[in-house]
Amino acid sequence: MSKYSRQELFTPIGADGQLRIRGAKVFVLGAGALGSSGAEMLVRAGVGELTIVDRDILEWSNLHRQQLYAEQDVVEQLPKAAAAERRLRQINSDVKIRGVVADVTPENVLELFEGHDMVLDGTDNIETRLLANDACLQLNIPFFMGACVGSYGLTFPIGVAEEQPCLHCLLEVLPPQSLTCDTVGVISPIVVTTAARQVAQLLKYVTGAELDPRLESTDLWTDERASMEVKNMKKSSCPSCSAQPSHPFLSASEVVRTAVLCGRDTVQLTWPKNRQVELAPFADSIRETVSNLLHNPYLVSCEYNDHRLVLFRDGRMLIHGTKDITEARKIAAGLLG
Amino acid sequence: MGKTIDLNGKSYSVVPEVETVQQLLEHLELGNRILIVEKNKEILQKDSYDAPIMDRDQIEIIHFVGGG
Repeated sequence: MSKYSRQELFTPIGADGQLRIRGAKVFVLGAGALGSSGAEMLVRAGVGELTIVDRDILEWSNLHRQQLYAEQDVVEQLPKAAAAERRLRQINSDVKIRGVVADVTPENVLELFEGHDMVLDGTDNIETRLLANDACLQLNIPFFMGACVGSYGLTFPIGVAEEQPCLHCLLEVLPPQSLTCDTVGVISPIVVTTAARQVAQLLKYVTGAELDPRLESTDLWTDERASMEVKNMKKSSCPSCSAQPSHPFLSASEVVRTAVLCGRDTVQLTWPKNRQVELAPFADSIRETVSNLLHNPYLVSCEYNDHRLVLFRDGRMLIHGTKDITEARKIAAGLLG
Repeated sequence: MGKTIDLNGKSYSVVPEVETVQQLLEHLELGNRILIVEKNKEILQKDSYDAPIMDRDQIEIIHFVGGG
């Protein structure tokens, strides 16, 4: 009996639909809650290839909703993308799975997405969603947007129909701060519900079913829901999806970029590609200066001046315990010169 | 008599001081969020949030959030 027999028995998919699912190469943007849940469904469904990318390492506070991970992964301080890759390979060996430990930025987003047929949204911030929106429009592949906090989630499939708006058309401006799981919390049922809707849309698209690009939301606690026909929100002047788009979120800079991770009391510094720090020599150089030094193939982590620091192989450093960019730069400079 | 509307699929009693969509958003503490409002199946442009709320209006509000 085939692994996928019950899925093929579902008439709208059938044997033909299963072949199409088998041919799909999916990029999962983020290996947090939505990314975990969506990736597991897609791998079980038998997609051909799945790449999952994430910039973060596992923490205890992830486990109540990020279904690919277990306590030992946190103890080992594994990057989410590495732990996700390991677990997904255990689930279905038919699927070619690749976990990538990286921050998705204007510099690398096109290179990362290239070769995939679609992108599933599992990121945790609107800025990265707008970046993915631009990159998917440029590459002409769909982006299955999803977001959730508290007991509330929303979805919107982009690039699945002629003459539909993109995320930039709907948002117009980037909000200075938005609700996050770290500020208002989240419960796992809304994660699974939101991811389920994203994956259902993706499977409909892959198998050639008609897919209406509606903006939809659900609140599982208050039992509210909304579903909007947003076709007439497409803007002919949109910088992301008009006839002559400029894709503004793809513009990269060459300097060390800084970002305060919203609600996390953490600053992230990102070094440009030509100025990256090598992990092993860095670990050796700070051995006497720092405490609780940990070095694995993916990262160096340590305590320094009452802050926890994590340097990743791709040139990013997370400085926990501060929201102050200047202080973060000073701490990094204290170790890196 | 107060107005009763259908808000995101549920019956909702509008307090007397809320007369427009903008006032409803503020009452729901959504005033500073990025959101999309649909009134009786039509998307409302942002410059139309002063539209009055009538009894039995169907209003849907979707706000954007960061998490995931």
